Order: sequence, then structure tokens, then C-alpha cells
Amino acid sequence: MAIPLDEVVVKEEKQNLEYVSVIREPLVTGGKTVHDVTEDICRQVEGKPTLSWMLAMAMSLGTLGIGAYCVFMLLWEGIGVWGLNKTVGWAWDITNFVWWVGIGHAGTLISAILLLFRQKWRMSINRAAEAMTIFAVICAAMFPGLHMGRIWMAFWVLPLPNTFGSLWVNFNSPLLWDVFAISTYFTVSLVFWYIGLIPDFASIRDRAKNKISQVVYGALSFGWDGAAKTWMRYESVALILAGLATPLVLSVHTIVSFDFATSVIPGWHTTIFPPYFVAGAIFSGFAMVLTLMIITRKTFKLEDYITIGHIELMNIVIIITGSIVGIAYITEFFIAWYSGVEAEQYAFLNRMTGPYWWAYWTMMTCNVISPQLFWFRKIRTNIAATFILSIVVNIGMWFERFVIIVTSLHRDYLPSSWAMFYPTIYDVGVYVFTFGLFGTAFLLFTKFFPVINMAEVKSIIKTSSRKAS
Amino acid sequence: MSDKRKQYWKGVEQLTNDPAFVKNAESEFPEFLPISDNPEGGSSRRDFLKMMGFGIAAASLAACEAPIKKAIPYVNKPIDVDPGIPNYYASTYVQGGDYSSIVVRTREGRPIKIGGNALSPLTKGCSNAQVEAAVLSLYDNERLRNPKKSGQDISWVDLDREVTSKLNKIASAGREIRIVSNTVLSPSTQKVLEVFQDRYPTTKHVVYDTASVEGMRLANERSFGQKILPTYDFSKADVIVGFGADFLGTWIAPIQYANQYTQTRKITDTKKGMSRHYQFEGNLSLTGANADYRTPVKPSDEAKAVVALYQALDGKKSDIPHVNKAASDLKKAAGKSLVVSGSNDPNLQVVVNAINNKLGNYGNTIDLTTPVNYRQGNEKEYNEFLTEVKSGKIGAVIFFNCNPVYNTQSGADLAKALETVSLTVSTSDRPDETTKFVEYVAPDNHFLESWGDANPAQGHYSLSQPTITNIFDTRQAQASFMAWAGVIQFDYFEYLKSEWESTLAGIGLIWDQALHDGVFAIPENLEAPIFNADVNAAISSINTAYKGSDLELSIYQKVGIGDGTQSNNPWLQEMPDPITKATWDNYVTVSQAWANEKGITFIEGKSNMVNLTVNGIALKAPVVIQPGQAPGSIGLSVGYGRTSAGKVADGRGVNAYPLISKINGMESYAVISGVSVEVLEETYQVAQTQTQQTYMGRETVIQETILSEYQKNPGAGRYHPHISTWQEESGDTHPGALTLWKGHKYKNHHWGLAIDLNTCIGCSACHVACQAENNIPVVGREEVINRRDMHWLRIDRYYSSAPDDELDDDQKDMMDSRKLELVAANPEVTFQPMMCQHCNNAPCETVCPVAATTHSSEGLNQMTYNRCVGTRYCANNCPYKVRRFNWFKYHDNSKFENVNIAMNSDLGKMVLNPDVTVRSRGVMEKCSMCVQRIQDGKLKAKKANRPLKDGDIEVACASSCPTEGMVFGDMNDPNSKISKLLKINDTEEADYIVTKEIGEPRAYHVLEEIGVKPNVTYLTKIRNKDKA
Repeated sequence: MAIPLDEVVVKEEKQNLEYVSVIREPLVTGGKTVHDVTEDICRQVEGKPTLSWMLAMAMSLGTLGIGAYCVFMLLWEGIGVWGLNKTVGWAWDITNFVWWVGIGHAGTLISAILLLFRQKWRMSINRAAEAMTIFAVICAAMFPGLHMGRIWMAFWVLPLPNTFGSLWVNFNSPLLWDVFAISTYFTVSLVFWYIGLIPDFASIRDRAKNKISQVVYGALSFGWDGAAKTWMRYESVALILAGLATPLVLSVHTIVSFDFATSVIPGWHTTIFPPYFVAGAIFSGFAMVLTLMIITRKTFKLEDYITIGHIELMNIVIIITGSIVGIAYITEFFIAWYSGVEAEQYAFLNRMTGPYWWAYWTMMTCNVISPQLFWFRKIRTNIAATFILSIVVNIGMWFERFVIIVTSLHRDYLPSSWAMFYPTIYDVGVYVFTFGLFGTAFLLFTKFFPVINMAEVKSIIKTSSRKAS
Repeated sequence: MSDKRKQYWKGVEQLTNDPAFVKNAESEFPEFLPISDNPEGGSSRRDFLKMMGFGIAAASLAACEAPIKKAIPYVNKPIDVDPGIPNYYASTYVQGGDYSSIVVRTREGRPIKIGGNALSPLTKGCSNAQVEAAVLSLYDNERLRNPKKSGQDISWVDLDREVTSKLNKIASAGREIRIVSNTVLSPSTQKVLEVFQDRYPTTKHVVYDTASVEGMRLANERSFGQKILPTYDFSKADVIVGFGADFLGTWIAPIQYANQYTQTRKITDTKKGMSRHYQFEGNLSLTGANADYRTPVKPSDEAKAVVALYQALDGKKSDIPHVNKAASDLKKAAGKSLVVSGSNDPNLQVVVNAINNKLGNYGNTIDLTTPVNYRQGNEKEYNEFLTEVKSGKIGAVIFFNCNPVYNTQSGADLAKALETVSLTVSTSDRPDETTKFVEYVAPDNHFLESWGDANPAQGHYSLSQPTITNIFDTRQAQASFMAWAGVIQFDYFEYLKSEWESTLAGIGLIWDQALHDGVFAIPENLEAPIFNADVNAAISSINTAYKGSDLELSIYQKVGIGDGTQSNNPWLQEMPDPITKATWDNYVTVSQAWANEKGITFIEGKSNMVNLTVNGIALKAPVVIQPGQAPGSIGLSVGYGRTSAGKVADGRGVNAYPLISKINGMESYAVISGVSVEVLEETYQVAQTQTQQTYMGRETVIQETILSEYQKNPGAGRYHPHISTWQEESGDTHPGALTLWKGHKYKNHHWGLAIDLNTCIGCSACHVACQAENNIPVVGREEVINRRDMHWLRIDRYYSSAPDDELDDDQKDMMDSRKLELVAANPEVTFQPMMCQHCNNAPCETVCPVAATTHSSEGLNQMTYNRCVGTRYCANNCPYKVRRFNWFKYHDNSKFENVNIAMNSDLGKMVLNPDVTVRSRGVMEKCSMCVQRIQDGKLKAKKANRPLKDGDIEVACASSCPTEGMVFGDMNDPNSKISKLLKINDTEEADYIVTKEIGEPRAYHVLEEIGVKPNVTYLTKIRNKDKA
């Protein structure tokens, strides 16, 4: 849709040269000045921890402690403390792994792909989203390690030169591809995130009043001098990293989906998995970003930076990806029927009607039906509704992986091996451990790192912080 | 060397034999150590400090070194023991009245594996699960380590002195002495007992069996004038009718019968016929599961069915299903048929005899001229003994390797009565319910530590030899009897040898040869008697005795646990029952109809407990809904509910022996009245290794047909998946033909295994053989419930789905896939041994990130435990779900010491096969196709500088199969048995691709369409049924 030029009113106010659009919602509200941005964002870094932060931290550490006990028991006794069996060799472990990896997709998507598409609304959410990505990937990476029978030999999955003779890893194995995919993704995300943090660390350093902050943030900011040349290099690196990260957003979950797609198990052996997994990952990642953002903006009073507009845009992404996922589910069924493969047909019927029907229908309700509510503008601009639905979506996405992994395995080719999987407290406990880990890391991040990219937001203050009145 | 050794004196005192010196000469320190500073003797404070200081230093020094557990090398190597090379000894397995000629494999002086002895004309190299598992019982920590008196240790000398003096006192007072035992097959032992009887003339030998078949012997007495058990030859029978006789599992001589039976079931190009088998029974037994026509009848109707069959042969129609059909088939196969009944009622057996006589089976399939000596128990004598004990007439009872307090109906009475007997002795080699109530236990050797002989059948003899020196301070029971009879310094080996040497010379054998072979035969046939019995009297007695009631109980023996003698053997406890696939428990089997009526369900082994009351005795037991259970009947197995057998068996299940009833005065495992069952609220989960009952109509898993179809087309029943491709639209492409794989070229060997589903009877001998050979851990009931059994080889048992006319209205509305889960009320049963299929395109191999599972140059799928990091991806991607993960550390782990006894004590570990690694926690394992045996065979051939011959290598499962249903061999060798069986054609397609074309029309690969190309091939199951 072309917008006639004369409808765009460019007002030049005397005090602050401000760009006001009649049709676009401003990205930063409240008439913030550049200084306000610095003040608002640095406030929690420089101030004392708030009571709510302390409470949240105590909860996270408690969760982490309980989880750590379960992890200890897992390592001490063996994988047998989980509910797995001879038929179902993976359940919560890989479900959690894929779930966390999926969540880890949003950050890089927001910062890299939206950067390339010049979506400026990303600016106030990309920092936290990227942090979420990093921590989610760390949580995800726990599981391939913890699920190993002999975790102390985990380094064998790396192609390291060794003294075992000519022993090398098996490059045919999708699990090995995972190792490469995840480590690459993690490295690139971390570098991208960190480079973005440098100018803001410099701001904090410059404002620091005590010695420790000066030294720490000084070290963290790598001697940033804010010179035009430095900014120019910064911009170029950001662009290059965005270019590098973009294919990774698509590749990581594609490769994770290969764990299943390249196998022979009915319900896993499906060519639709790569796009379906990527869509699902973005879906769950955005939902998680929303969950976290809604809490952060509330507790840190960042409503002017993370606006209803942001929430609405993210909800739109959720409708789209949720619908893609829904179509993928239906396609899978159609293909199972159309293929004429008996085992495949049974696997899908069993999902819907077998002993795990409740997991399947939870998944369908949460992932396919609930996001459709966002077609209503009232719902997608309602913070409470968004918050609830964002959690519902992540419950649904957890069940999606559970359904794929457990219902496919528990009744595969030979009926003699059919079995049920019942989780134990240690299955739950290790999942809880990653929540504790994630929560703790994210809380530390919100306290000690600027949660919004000050430098970038400042760049749009002039052009998009007020709507034409 | 001079004859006389130099001697050094300790001092002049020794030379002069000073009395003070002689007194202390044998002590380590002849004088007190001069540590006392106190010149007047006694200890001072300083001495105390010195000694304490020394004590602490010594104790802490001793603690610095871990206990030494070194293997001590031989000073002189024994000529016939080479480290790493097994020795084989022929011996004999005798347990109660069960018999098998065996070959024991020993390594470095330890028996580690029992197999069948192929030289035996009776057992023909076959064994069963109980025989295979017996080696573990040798290393049972619960075994008695020395003689006991009232639970306290006693020396053999004291025991002999006390027992002998008491026996003398009792004998001189003219009081009665009884030796109680199960059937004794050993002629030399009988002679030893005779010596004992000569010494104490009031002695009587009382024999009882845990499952009496005396009724058959009495019937034969009434029919033929001889109280004998005949030799049956199922291999000559074209039509077999069984009435409650589980002759493939537990009835009399199942090893022999199974082998004979499957010879009639085996189908080859030259033998396109097979026997037809009818079975009438209450519980679904292993035998019934193999029958072509099985009629579920409750025990009282089973008796009526026998009469009905007798009358049907004379043309009187019966309304019991399949009786008329069986009669007409039997008539057609007169002289080549066999009718057997498991009943212990002489009247019923007389009718069975009459049927066989009418059909002319005597002299053909039934041989009265070579009677067997199994199960010679005499119920009347045993009951007399019981009354005598109770009345206080008996002065001494010696229980010779038997446990009547547990395994007789009146065990509790006996236990109480034993208190009044002045001398009670047991020779049991381990504590049991009876040893609890006896004063002296003179533990016998385990049979693998013993010399012995056996006379299983007329003219057939078998020898036992020790394969290990006595592990504990035990003594062969025969020597004990001789010692008590006053024969001191008795050597049973010399006795045995002298007994046999002259006899052997008579048939041109020397002792060493006979011992080497383990078996020999002496022709001594009897004359065939003529049938002469009053059948009508028997029939009228049956008609009055079998009134029948609403609920009848069939007590049975399980294939694994049997009569419970070996119930402390965890291999047998964890061996899934071939039918129910349940482990570690016994349970009441009920029909689906009964369960529906009572409103109980059975899901994942979980169901309600029931109170089973039989003639006043109440037991609380779990329930298993058993398809094929006759309406109005329930089943319960003996062998459980042990209380003093050891930590493996104690407290598992309930003891069904007290429920045994009497019919026509004879012990009966069928209880036809006084049975009631009350369903309780309490639930219980029976540990099953398989919970899905049907094969869901998946023809890619089970392929079967009926005989007439097979005769028309040998490929009948085969399922040929096919698809269309864009190049070929006719839809004839075989999915396996489309592949991304390069294939393999096996230059030397290409190992394969062929399994004939038609001869597999599901007996599970292979299952235990595999467990013994490959050091497979036992995980216990809870872990089986968690579905983590470790068996490398399992036997999948599938029931047929319920036909539409059995469904109720609700079920008719179900989806097709759900309907297939419902089991037929009287299902057809298929057994399918399932182990690693050694796929040529193995899905497990590609997914392992560390290449811990790889393909060998000989077609094996190898597992490298050292390299495994335990991702379990391979197990997930295995379409056959045969991979097993070490969820815990099963060895040296106190959590598993009560179940995995072979890996948690020094004694138990002696059973481990040193050629196979004990796997650690966190690694994957699976069938290796006995790669250690393959390697051993190849090395032997190499050392002999000759090519490997077919048959040089035998895998554990195939070698234990009593039905020869498994064939292992080199598929690259065109002359190997497997190549010929499968008619293998090599077609070399390219340098790197070799396709083995299987020419045998019956041969198929399970899950053929997924293209994994296994090296294990199955042959279709064929049932001898009429076309429906």
C-alpha cells in the first residue's frame, strides 16, 4: 500500500526535532529523551537490587538447588532414576532439549533477521531476547550431556585428536550434527549479543561511581571510545554477524529435526520436520520472549520502551508461526494416510487416540487453537491475555516434542515391545534444574546488564517516540 | 635325591623330647613373647602401653592395604586345564524325576554353561530352561557351607557320630526309619540305600513326586498288568491329542517330547506334511499354545472330553468342540497317532489307554517295552508315612534331597509332626522349608560336584561326573548314607566305577569312554503286554467323580520355575513365562469373561488381588487375565511362595501346593470343587516383559498360513510389500530394492541365523542359554515393571485378535486399530524369538555419534562397550527394539544383590563367562551373535590350518534349541546348513554390493519393507488347520 506523501506530516518542533507518523505507532512512548533512556535503563544496573528481584532470585536459586540434587542423583545412580525403558529411550530429556533449543530461536531471529529486514521495533527487545537465547541454549545443551549414560565420556562426541588409535566421531550421526549446530549457534549468538552490549557497557562504565563498577564495566566494554570510526565498525560487525546468524536460525532447528527425520521410526521418519520444527521454534521462542518481556517491563517499569505495539507485533508472529505449525500437523496426518504405510498410519492414529491422547490434544489445543485468539485485536493487545497465552503456547510446544518423541517410540513396529513411559521425580527434577538455571542467569542478566539496548533505542528516539496528535 | 630329608632341630629340647617342649611344639610361639618388663610375670602399665602402641600400629598398617584378591597361578599347570580354553564334561542333570544328559562347559575349573549332550539317544542334545539355568544354582550364596545341627555348625565327624548313634538306638529299639525322596533315577544310589536298609532293617524308602503321575502307572497296571510309564514317541504320530498334558513344557519328559513333537511339525521340501495337534485343557499351556486346534475346557469337562473322544471313536457324536473332528482324524491315523492326558486319575488314564489301544498306538507311538523311570512316586506309601509320622511311630526320617514340607499338599502337617520324630536329617544342599524342621542337615554336593549315574529309561544309562571340586564343606549324600550305615572311608566314585566296570565290559565299553560319552545303552527290552482293562467301569467312575462346579482350578507348573526346586535361581525367576510373559510371581489366571463379570481389568500387568479359597485354604494372589482360559476355570502355578529358599525366591508369589486335591483317591492338580474367588480392592502389578498381546494384524511381523495352502504354494502366507515408483508404475517394486546404501561385500564369512517359526514352541531354553552365555544381568521385579529387562534374546508371544463375532456392541464401534488390540477368547498363539537382527543396513550404526556400534566385515552388527557414551539413540532407532541399556550398575551394587546374584558376590561371579565382558553402567548392549564363539571357532580352525567348517561354530541359542528351530551358519558357504535351508544365491552386483537372494519361499525378514536387510531370517508359521 502506497502512502500518499501529503498524508505524512513532518512536523519540526523547535525543542526536539521529532519525526511523527500518522499511521505508525511510535516505538518508544512517553516522550523519552536520550537522557531518559540512559537513566531508565541504567537505573537497575546502578541501584540496589529491588525486593522483587531478591525474591525472584531466591526462588530461582531454590529451584536450582532442588534441580541440582536431582542432577546429582542422576549422575550418581545412573539414567535409571528416570522413567525411561527399553522401548522409550528418550522422553523428557530430549523433549526438554528440543524445547529449550526452540525457545533459543527467538533472540537471534529478532536481532539478526529483523535487523536485516530493518524492523526497528526489535530494538527495545533484542537484548533481552538474545540473553534469553543464550541461556536457553545453555539449558538445552545440558540435556544431550545429562542424558548420556556416561557423561564423563561426553568429550568423545567432539572430533578431537586422540590417543585411542584412529577413533573418530561418526559424521553420519544427526546427534553429531547437533553438536556442531548448537555449538556454532551458541558461539555466534554469544558474540552477537556481546558486541551489542559493548557500547552500553561503556555508558555504564562512564557513569560508574564506584571502583568495582568502573573496573568491571571497563573491562567488559573493551575500551569502547564512542568514536565515529568505532561506531562505523560496530555497525559493520553487527551487520556481518546478522548475516551469519540468519542461516543459523534456520539451520539449528532443521538439524535438531534431523535427529528424528533421518530415523526409521514411524512418526519420526518425516520429511516435513525441518520447516515444521523451525516454525515451531520461532513460535515458542516468541512466546517465551513475551512471557519474559511482560514481566520485565512491569518490574523495571519499561512500559515506554516495550510497548503494546511490540507485544502486538510479536503476537502476530505467533499467529503466523502457530498456523504454520497447525498446518504441519494436519499435513503429517494426511501424508501418513496417503503414504499407505501401515506403521506410519498407526503411529498417527495412536497419537490421537492411544494412551497418550491427552498429550496430543493438549498440544493441539495449545498450539493450534489458542494462538488463533490473537486474530482479535482486543486479545492481542491485552497484556494479561498475551501473558497467559504465551505460557499456554510454551506448554503446547513442550507437549509437541513429548508427543513426537514418546508417542512415536512407545508403540513402534513390533507390538511386543510396546510400552508406556511414566516420568519419575528425577525426570521432573532435571527439567526444574534448567528452569532454576535459566531463571538465575536471566535475573543476573537483568540486574547487571542493561536489559534494553540503549545505544540502539537512542537512535530511534528522534524518529519514533511520539504519535501525531 | 636322597630318600631321607635333612632335619634341623629347633634345639636340644626337641632331640631329647623334653616334655615341656613337646607340650608347646605345635603352637606358633612355644614361649610367651618376652614383652613383659615385669620380672614377676603379668602385665604392667608400661606393657599395656607397649602392646597398645603395637596394636594400633599393626592395625593401621594392616588397613593400608586393600584385601588381597589375587589369582594364584598354578605352580604346575594341570595337563588338561589351559587358561582361556574351555573343557567339556558329559554329565547328567537330574532334578526330582526330571532328566537330561548334559555337557558342562568349564573354564579354568569352573562350570559356566550347561548344554545338551548330543550323544544321548533320549535327549539328543536338547535341554530346557531349567537345565540351562542349573549352573547358576551351583554358585548360589544360599547353599549350605557345612553340616548343621539345629541351625548351628557341626563337623562331619560329629554329625556322623551323633546320627549313627541315634540311628543305632532307634534301630535297636525296633522303631521305624524312613528315607523320603523324590524319584531316584540312580541305580547305584538305590544300591547305597539298600546297604543302609540292610544295616537298619526297619528302614523304608518312601518316594513321592511333586507332580505325581502314579495314576498313569496304576492305569497301566490295570490295563497291562505292569505299573510302568511307557516311552512315548511323538515323532511317529500324525495326529496328537492332548488332554491337559503340557508335554512340551512340564509333563514327564518335556525335553524329549518337544524334540520328537517338532520333528513332526518341521516342514521341508521333501517333507510337506505335518502332524495335527488337538489340545483340550483349562489353562493355556505351552503345549496348548502350539496346538492346531485347542479347546478350552474346565478340568471336569476335560475328563468328559476324554470319555467323549473314546465314544466318538465308536461313532457317538459329542457336542464338545473338536472332539468329533479329532476322533475322525485319529481314526484316519490309526497306529500313527497318540493320545495323552495329564490327569493323575487312573480311571481317566485307563480310558486314554483304551483309546490308544483302539487306535493301535501301542507298539508304534507308545512303547511299553522300554518303560521310563521318571516319576516313580508312590502316593499310598507317602500317605502311610505321613500317618505314621503323625502317630509317632517313626523314630527317624532322612529327607534325601527333597522338600516335602514345601512341595506336598500336606507339608504343614508334616512340619508339625516332625517335632515328635527323634532323629530328623536332611541332605539338602541348601536351606529349604524342610531343613527348618530337621535337626541335622548333611548337605549334599551340587550335582555338578557329584559322581553319579542315572537310569532314565529301561536300557538307557547315564553317568555324572564332578566338574568342580566341592566349593563348600559338603559331602555327597550317598557317602553320608554309607557313613551312617557304618561304611567309613567310603568313596562313591570307586563304588560307582566298580559297580559299572563289569557291566560296561559286557557291552564292550570301558569306563573312561562311558564317562566321556556320558551315556550308554544296554539292550534290555521287556515283552509287550496285551491291553486288558475294564473301560466301562472306568467311564462310569469318571461320570460320577467329575461332577464339576462353577469354578474349577487347574494347578500347573510353570515352564521356568517348575516345581519350585530351583526357585532361588534368578535366571528362571526373571525368565518370562512363555504364555503370560510374567516374571517373578505366580498369579491366578482367569478368563476375560470372568473378569468382565467381576468388573476387573488387567492393564500393563496391573489388576486386583483376589482371595482364592480352596477347600478352606485361602491365598491372596494377583490376577492375570489369560486369553484361552477355559470359562469356569482358573489357574495357579506351584513353585512360588517359598519361605526359606533364599533371598531371591522368598516371599515371591503364593504356595499352591496345599491346594492340591484328590480325585479317586489320587493327587490331582485339577481342583474341581470347593473353589471360590473373592475380588479385593487391593491392586498389584505383575511384572510382564510384554504387555501388548496381539500382533495388530501386522503381516510384516508374523507371516503364517495353513498347511493345505502351503502345500499348494510354498510361499503361502508370505507378505510381499510393494510400491510404485515414477519409473515403474505397475507397483511391483520391492521397497527394499530402493536404497541409498552402498551395501556390503563380505569376502570371508557372512553370518546368518534362520528361525523356523513352525518349530519354535516358545519353551525359552534359548532365552536362558543366552543369559548364561552372555553374562546378562538380572534386574528384578521392579525393574521388569519399569520395562528394563536386559534379555538379549526375547521370545515375543502374540495372540490372534478377536474375530468380529466375539465383539460386543461397544467394541464393534471401535476403530479398527483398537479392535486389533482385543484378544480372541481362544486365541491362536505365535512365538517369535527376537534378538538383534544384525541388519546389513543397520539404523543403529548410522546414528551413534561416537561410532560405538559398527558393522563387521562378516555381517555382524558390533557393539563396542568401551566406546559407548550411552545416548540411547541406537536403541530408539532400532525397529526391532532389541537393544538394552545399562540403566544402573548391575554388578557390585547392593541394590541388585538380591536378584543379580551372578554379579554381586565372589561366589556368584564364578558363573560368569570370562569370554564376555560384564557391561558397566551407562552403556548399550545387545545380541552379539555370540561373537566370542565365532572368534573361538575361527581361531581353532586357523590353528588346525584348515578352513572353517559349517558346525564348527554354534551360537548359544541355536545350540540349546530342543526343536532345532534355529540354524546358525555362514551364508557365504554354499554348503552350509543355513545356505541350503534358505537356498541362498549370491548375486554380485558391483564391487561393493553383494545381494543375497533367498530362494526359500517360506523365508522372510521381519519388517522387510523398511529395507534394513537383516541377517536373521524367519520361516513362516504353518498351522495344520482346515480352511476356515
